[in-house]
Amino acid sequence: MVKRIVVGAHYGLMSFLAQRITAVAMALYTLLIVGVLLVAPPAHYGDWKALFAQQWMRLATFAFLMSLLLHAWVGMRDIFMDYIKPTGWRLAAQAAVILALTAYAGWSIQILLGA
Amino acid sequence: MQASREPAMTDPRPKHLDLTRIRLPVPAVVSILHRVSGAALFLLLPLVLYLLQASLGSPDSYVRMRAVIEQPLVKLVLIGLLWAYLHHFCAGIRFLALDLHWGIALQPARRNAWAVLAVSLALTAILGARLW
Repeated sequence: MVKRIVVGAHYGLMSFLAQRITAVAMALYTLLIVGVLLVAPPAHYGDWKALFAQQWMRLATFAFLMSLLLHAWVGMRDIFMDYIKPTGWRLAAQAAVILALTAYAGWSIQILLGA
Repeated sequence: MQASREPAMTDPRPKHLDLTRIRLPVPAVVSILHRVSGAALFLLLPLVLYLLQASLGSPDSYVRMRAVIEQPLVKLVLIGLLWAYLHHFCAGIRFLALDLHWGIALQPARRNAWAVLAVSLALTAILGARLW
Protein backbone atom coordinates (compact mmCIF):
# COMPACT_ATOMS: atom_id res chain seq x y z
CA MET A 1 0.00 0.00 0.00
CA VAL A 2 1.33 3.40 -0.94
CA LYS A 3 0.11 6.12 1.40
CA ARG A 4 -0.54 9.25 -0.58
CA ILE A 5 -1.00 12.66 0.99
CA VAL A 6 -3.93 14.09 -0.92
CA VAL A 7 -3.44 17.75 -0.06
CA GLY A 8 -0.58 19.80 -1.46
CA ALA A 9 1.04 17.03 -3.46
CA HIS A 10 0.86 18.94 -6.78
CA TYR A 11 -0.99 16.12 -8.56
CA GLY A 12 -2.65 18.64 -10.87
CA LEU A 13 0.41 20.80 -11.47
CA MET A 14 1.61 18.98 -14.59
CA SER A 15 -1.84 19.24 -16.18
CA PHE A 16 -2.05 22.91 -15.23
CA LEU A 17 1.38 23.61 -16.75
CA ALA A 18 0.74 21.49 -19.86
CA GLN A 19 -2.52 23.34 -20.46
CA ARG A 20 -0.81 26.73 -20.28
CA ILE A 21 2.35 25.85 -22.21
CA THR A 22 0.31 24.34 -25.04
CA ALA A 23 -1.98 27.41 -24.96
CA VAL A 24 0.98 29.74 -25.49
CA ALA A 25 2.37 27.51 -28.27
CA MET A 26 -1.01 27.47 -30.06
CA ALA A 27 -1.43 31.24 -29.67
CA LEU A 28 2.00 31.80 -31.28
CA TYR A 29 1.14 29.43 -34.14
CA THR A 30 -2.16 31.25 -34.64
CA LEU A 31 -0.35 34.58 -34.97
CA LEU A 32 2.19 32.96 -37.32
CA ILE A 33 -0.47 31.49 -39.61
CA VAL A 34 -2.50 34.73 -39.63
CA GLY A 35 0.70 36.58 -40.56
CA VAL A 36 1.51 34.13 -43.36
CA LEU A 37 -2.03 34.32 -44.73
CA LEU A 38 -2.00 38.14 -44.62
CA VAL A 39 1.45 38.53 -46.25
CA ALA A 40 0.98 35.92 -48.97
CA PRO A 41 -2.61 34.67 -49.19
CA PRO A 42 -2.59 31.34 -51.10
CA ALA A 43 -4.76 31.91 -54.15
CA HIS A 44 -5.05 28.31 -55.35
CA TYR A 45 -4.12 24.71 -54.59
CA GLY A 46 -0.50 25.08 -55.75
CA ASP A 47 0.24 27.93 -53.31
CA TRP A 48 -1.45 26.15 -50.42
CA LYS A 49 0.37 22.88 -51.15
CA ALA A 50 3.71 24.70 -51.48
CA LEU A 51 3.18 26.37 -48.10
CA PHE A 52 2.75 22.98 -46.40
CA ALA A 53 5.60 21.41 -48.37
CA GLN A 54 8.07 23.48 -46.37
CA GLN A 55 9.63 21.69 -43.44
CA TRP A 56 9.21 24.55 -40.92
CA MET A 57 5.51 24.82 -41.74
CA ARG A 58 5.00 21.06 -41.32
CA LEU A 59 6.87 21.03 -38.01
CA ALA A 60 5.04 24.11 -36.71
CA THR A 61 1.68 22.66 -37.72
CA PHE A 62 2.56 19.30 -36.18
CA ALA A 63 3.59 21.00 -32.92
CA PHE A 64 0.33 22.98 -33.00
CA LEU A 65 -1.80 19.87 -33.53
CA MET A 66 -0.03 17.89 -30.80
CA SER A 67 -0.39 20.85 -28.42
CA LEU A 68 -4.07 21.00 -29.33
CA LEU A 69 -4.57 17.30 -28.52
CA LEU A 70 -2.85 17.59 -25.14
CA HIS A 71 -4.75 20.82 -24.37
CA ALA A 72 -8.03 19.18 -25.39
CA TRP A 73 -7.31 16.25 -23.09
CA VAL A 74 -6.82 18.50 -20.05
CA GLY A 75 -9.92 20.52 -20.92
CA MET A 76 -12.20 17.58 -21.60
CA ARG A 77 -11.00 15.82 -18.45
CA ASP A 78 -11.84 18.97 -16.45
CA ILE A 79 -15.33 19.05 -17.95
CA PHE A 80 -15.93 15.36 -17.21
CA MET A 81 -14.61 15.69 -13.65
CA ASP A 82 -17.05 18.56 -13.04
CA TYR A 83 -20.20 17.15 -14.61
CA ILE A 84 -20.03 13.34 -14.75
CA LYS A 85 -20.25 12.11 -11.18
CA PRO A 86 -20.62 8.30 -11.60
CA THR A 87 -17.05 6.97 -11.81
CA GLY A 88 -17.83 4.36 -14.47
CA TRP A 89 -19.41 6.84 -16.86
CA ARG A 90 -16.62 9.35 -16.27
CA LEU A 91 -13.94 6.75 -17.03
CA ALA A 92 -15.82 5.65 -20.14
CA ALA A 93 -16.03 9.25 -21.39
CA GLN A 94 -12.35 9.83 -20.66
CA ALA A 95 -11.38 6.62 -22.44
CA ALA A 96 -13.44 7.69 -25.46
CA VAL A 97 -11.65 11.05 -25.56
CA ILE A 98 -8.23 9.41 -25.23
CA LEU A 99 -9.02 7.05 -28.11
CA ALA A 100 -10.33 9.91 -30.27
CA LEU A 101 -7.28 12.09 -29.57
CA THR A 102 -4.90 9.19 -30.29
CA ALA A 103 -6.68 8.60 -33.60
CA TYR A 104 -6.47 12.34 -34.42
CA ALA A 105 -2.72 12.22 -33.70
CA GLY A 106 -2.30 9.45 -36.28
CA TRP A 107 -4.54 11.30 -38.72
CA SER A 108 -2.48 14.51 -38.27
CA ILE A 109 0.75 12.67 -39.07
CA GLN A 110 -0.87 11.11 -42.13
CA ILE A 111 -2.07 14.52 -43.37
CA LEU A 112 1.26 16.26 -42.85
CA LEU A 113 3.41 13.45 -44.27
CA GLY A 114 1.24 13.37 -47.37
CA ALA A 115 1.44 17.13 -47.76
CA MET B 1 -3.83 40.16 -2.40
CA GLN B 2 -6.20 42.64 -3.97
CA ALA B 3 -9.16 41.69 -1.81
CA SER B 4 -8.80 44.67 0.55
CA ARG B 5 -9.44 47.14 -2.31
CA GLU B 6 -12.71 45.53 -3.28
CA PRO B 7 -16.06 46.39 -1.73
CA ALA B 8 -16.97 44.42 1.35
CA MET B 9 -19.39 41.59 0.66
CA THR B 10 -22.42 43.15 2.34
CA ASP B 11 -24.94 42.18 -0.37
CA PRO B 12 -27.09 39.27 0.64
CA ARG B 13 -25.64 36.22 -1.10
CA PRO B 14 -28.09 34.00 -3.01
CA LYS B 15 -29.12 30.97 -0.99
CA HIS B 16 -30.26 28.90 -3.96
CA LEU B 17 -28.88 27.21 -7.08
CA ASP B 18 -31.88 28.03 -9.28
CA LEU B 19 -30.40 28.41 -12.77
CA THR B 20 -33.28 30.68 -13.88
CA ARG B 21 -32.62 33.14 -11.03
CA ILE B 22 -28.81 33.15 -10.93
CA ARG B 23 -27.43 36.22 -12.67
CA LEU B 24 -23.89 35.52 -13.88
CA PRO B 25 -21.43 38.41 -13.68
CA VAL B 26 -19.58 39.10 -16.96
CA PRO B 27 -16.35 37.27 -15.97
CA ALA B 28 -18.48 34.18 -15.25
CA VAL B 29 -20.14 34.47 -18.67
CA VAL B 30 -16.68 34.60 -20.30
CA SER B 31 -15.62 31.60 -18.22
CA ILE B 32 -18.56 29.36 -19.11
CA LEU B 33 -18.31 30.40 -22.78
CA HIS B 34 -14.62 29.44 -22.63
CA ARG B 35 -15.71 25.97 -21.58
CA VAL B 36 -18.53 25.77 -24.12
CA SER B 37 -16.29 26.97 -26.97
CA GLY B 38 -13.55 24.53 -25.90
CA ALA B 39 -15.97 21.61 -25.99
CA ALA B 40 -17.27 22.76 -29.40
CA LEU B 41 -13.72 22.99 -30.75
CA PHE B 42 -13.01 19.45 -29.54
CA LEU B 43 -16.20 18.12 -31.12
CA LEU B 44 -15.52 19.88 -34.45
CA LEU B 45 -11.87 18.81 -34.61
CA PRO B 46 -12.59 15.89 -37.01
CA LEU B 47 -14.25 18.35 -39.41
CA VAL B 48 -11.17 20.59 -39.29
CA LEU B 49 -8.82 17.65 -39.90
CA TYR B 50 -11.04 16.43 -42.74
CA LEU B 51 -10.98 19.87 -44.39
CA LEU B 52 -7.20 20.18 -43.93
CA GLN B 53 -6.68 16.73 -45.44
CA ALA B 54 -8.95 17.46 -48.40
CA SER B 55 -7.32 20.87 -48.97
CA LEU B 56 -3.83 19.33 -49.15
CA GLY B 57 -4.64 15.96 -50.75
CA SER B 58 -4.87 16.72 -54.48
CA PRO B 59 -6.22 19.41 -56.82
CA ASP B 60 -9.46 17.41 -57.06
CA SER B 61 -9.95 17.04 -53.32
CA TYR B 62 -9.08 20.73 -52.95
CA VAL B 63 -11.92 21.64 -55.32
CA ARG B 64 -14.24 19.25 -53.44
CA MET B 65 -13.26 20.91 -50.15
CA ARG B 66 -14.08 24.34 -51.61
CA ALA B 67 -17.49 23.02 -52.68
CA VAL B 68 -18.14 21.57 -49.20
CA ILE B 69 -17.40 24.86 -47.41
CA GLU B 70 -19.64 26.74 -49.86
CA GLN B 71 -22.73 24.93 -48.54
CA PRO B 72 -24.83 27.27 -46.35
CA LEU B 73 -25.09 24.84 -43.43
CA VAL B 74 -21.34 24.18 -43.45
CA LYS B 75 -20.71 27.93 -43.68
CA LEU B 76 -22.86 28.44 -40.59
CA VAL B 77 -20.97 25.72 -38.69
CA LEU B 78 -17.64 27.26 -39.77
CA ILE B 79 -18.73 30.73 -38.61
CA GLY B 80 -19.63 29.14 -35.28
CA LEU B 81 -16.25 27.39 -35.24
CA LEU B 82 -14.52 30.70 -36.01
CA TRP B 83 -16.28 32.39 -33.08
CA ALA B 84 -15.45 29.45 -30.78
CA TYR B 85 -11.76 29.67 -31.74
CA LEU B 86 -11.62 33.46 -31.36
CA HIS B 87 -13.48 33.47 -28.05
CA HIS B 88 -11.32 30.63 -26.71
CA PHE B 89 -8.21 32.50 -27.92
CA CYS B 90 -9.17 35.86 -26.37
CA ALA B 91 -10.52 34.41 -23.13
CA GLY B 92 -7.45 32.15 -22.92
CA ILE B 93 -5.11 35.14 -23.15
CA ARG B 94 -7.19 36.83 -20.42
CA PHE B 95 -6.83 33.75 -18.19
CA LEU B 96 -3.06 33.67 -18.79
CA ALA B 97 -2.95 37.36 -17.79
CA LEU B 98 -4.99 36.61 -14.67
CA ASP B 99 -2.51 33.81 -13.84
CA LEU B 100 0.16 36.53 -13.84
CA HIS B 101 -2.09 38.72 -11.64
CA TRP B 102 -2.66 41.24 -14.43
CA GLY B 103 -6.09 42.90 -14.43
CA ILE B 104 -7.24 40.81 -11.51
CA ALA B 105 -9.02 43.45 -9.39
CA LEU B 106 -12.81 43.55 -9.65
CA GLN B 107 -13.28 46.52 -11.99
CA PRO B 108 -10.42 45.74 -14.44
CA ALA B 109 -11.50 42.07 -14.46
CA ARG B 110 -15.05 43.13 -15.44
CA ARG B 111 -13.74 45.49 -18.11
CA ASN B 112 -11.38 42.97 -19.68
CA ALA B 113 -14.13 40.33 -19.60
CA TRP B 114 -16.34 42.71 -21.63
CA ALA B 115 -13.37 43.31 -23.93
CA VAL B 116 -12.99 39.54 -24.54
CA LEU B 117 -16.67 39.24 -25.52
CA ALA B 118 -16.54 42.33 -27.75
CA VAL B 119 -13.21 41.62 -29.46
CA SER B 120 -14.02 37.98 -30.25
CA LEU B 121 -17.45 38.92 -31.67
CA ALA B 122 -16.00 41.81 -33.68
CA LEU B 123 -13.20 39.65 -35.10
CA THR B 124 -15.74 36.93 -35.96
CA ALA B 125 -17.83 39.50 -37.85
CA ILE B 126 -14.80 40.97 -39.68
CA LEU B 127 -13.16 37.65 -40.59
CA GLY B 128 -16.50 35.98 -41.31
CA ALA B 129 -17.42 38.78 -43.73
CA ARG B 130 -13.97 38.63 -45.39
CA LEU B 131 -14.02 34.86 -45.80
CA TRP B 132 -17.51 34.90 -47.32
